[in-house]
Amino acid sequence: MDVILSVWRQTGPNTEGGFVRYEANNIPDHASFLEMLDIVNEDLNDRDEEPIAFDHDCREGICGMCGVMINGQAHGPQLGTATCQLHMRKFKDGDTIRIEPWRADGFPVIRDLAVDRSAFDRIVEAGGFITVPTGSAPDANLIPVPKPAAEASMDAAACIGCGACVAACPNSAAQLFTSAKVAHLNLLPQGQAERYTRVVAMVDEMEQWFGACSNHGECEIACPKSISIDFIALMNRDYIRAKFRQGRLAGQR
Amino acid sequence: MAHTDVGKRASVKTRRKRPFIIEFYSSDVGKKWAMALSGVLLLGYLLAHLLGNLKVFLGPENVDLYAEALRDLGGELVPRQSILWLMRGGLLLAYSIHVHAALSLWWRNRKARGSVGYQTRSTYLAATYASRFMAYTGATVFLFILFHLSDLTFGGANPDFVYGDVYANIVATFERVPVVILYIVAILALGMHVWHGTWSLFQSIGVNNAKFNKWRNKLAYGVTAFIVVGNISIPLAVQFGILKL
Ligand code: HEM
Ligand code: FES
Repeated sequence: MDVILSVWRQTGPNTEGGFVRYEANNIPDHASFLEMLDIVNEDLNDRDEEPIAFDHDCREGICGMCGVMINGQAHGPQLGTATCQLHMRKFKDGDTIRIEPWRADGFPVIRDLAVDRSAFDRIVEAGGFITVPTGSAPDANLIPVPKPAAEASMDAAACIGCGACVAACPNSAAQLFTSAKVAHLNLLPQGQAERYTRVVAMVDEMEQWFGACSNHGECEIACPKSISIDFIALMNRDYIRAKFRQGRLAGQR
Repeated sequence: MAHTDVGKRASVKTRRKRPFIIEFYSSDVGKKWAMALSGVLLLGYLLAHLLGNLKVFLGPENVDLYAEALRDLGGELVPRQSILWLMRGGLLLAYSIHVHAALSLWWRNRKARGSVGYQTRSTYLAATYASRFMAYTGATVFLFILFHLSDLTFGGANPDFVYGDVYANIVATFERVPVVILYIVAILALGMHVWHGTWSLFQSIGVNNAKFNKWRNKLAYGVTAFIVVGNISIPLAVQFGILKL
């Protein structure tokens, strides 16, 4: 199949960018979206032109590296999958496809379609951990985890940190990412010790980078793992509990 | 050698942070809590206000007595109108918090997209016009309330205004077609605002569980339908001559 691409090109973080038109011809319809970009890049290489920079790693929807806006939709028209899992058969011969990087103040463009998502790392550093004794590994099944808690925590832990929630949100808010990371630990027995300090630390860090949630629900649809916005409600609940709790720990002033 | 600090006592006061409620409100999540709670209060007011106003359909004496009863709340126990003014004060406070949080979040959210922003039109799948235009429907309601107060509370925008003669004032104002149109537009904007708001506020305060979630949509539709149909019925009834002097 033949498609026409309109791709955002930008040589560096502080340079101005713009759309460049490419004709991608003879693309097999079983090629993934990233493989299609590979084919275009091979061609650019052959012509001694700079290939299009885009992030990718696993190419099977588990690393969260890939992710671009495709015709105004994060990860493209197929719901519940990452860009690397989208195949060209989703498009029609002769389609024009607009490809843009994620846009958010907290995600500056590095080059072309690649953005810097270290703000997510800062949020995880703020509270995405539990305290465990180092040393030999604990026995398996030492801590009983109720099945529903394990399931819910697993649903939250499915987050691959791709940033589609921020990209799709009209407010560039990172509530879905942060709440998934909070819930993933706050739902488990192992996460209880730091439950309330975690939610405050992670929310406070998040708010330094991203917008606020207006409950549009756009993130949930854009998420390649279809993580539910129910976790955002859980985060809001734990946040106010933490605020009421912290000043009143026994013996502390 | 490390220096010693014997005799120096750190004051507890200087170590203490701002009051936690201010600390809480300064976060975005806290502001959304404030918006949701003030929103509940405003919603409660809207419902009570409408229920009271629907008494126009029971005849002039009925609304006029209702208005009088509001001024006389508390009876002989408190000074006349004091309870009414307390309620107005509470309402104004909730309203101010709501609007302050709204403007500050709206401004932050606009800036969060960054300097370039999307060059392609976004395809929205979940966000509704109601959710995306909250600030604009809110601003419409704000302007409308200014007009509404000067029309039916203070009387400046109503040439035939007579203090205390509620029924006559309502009929007089809604006999003017432009006022009816303005009123209907504002109520539709309010309907959009309240529709998203009623669903959204539960999310903001973390009231979210599988059993209750399917009722949230129904509740939002119910509240919106009542507010929109109820409020619009009054000017239309005047226009069609059902309510007349
Ligand atoms: C009778 C008047 C009003 C009622 C009943 C009302 C009700 C609500 C409710 C229930 C919410 C949802 C809160 C949440 O998601 O937690 C909301 C959100 C909002 N309101 Fe109002 N509101 C009123 C007036 C206003 C006014 C005058 C403004 C002024 C600009 C305004 C601006 C907003 C905005 C911008 C939001 C969305 C905030 C966000 O999610 O980012 N509202 N309102
Ligand atoms: S490349 Fe790993 S998720 Fe797409």
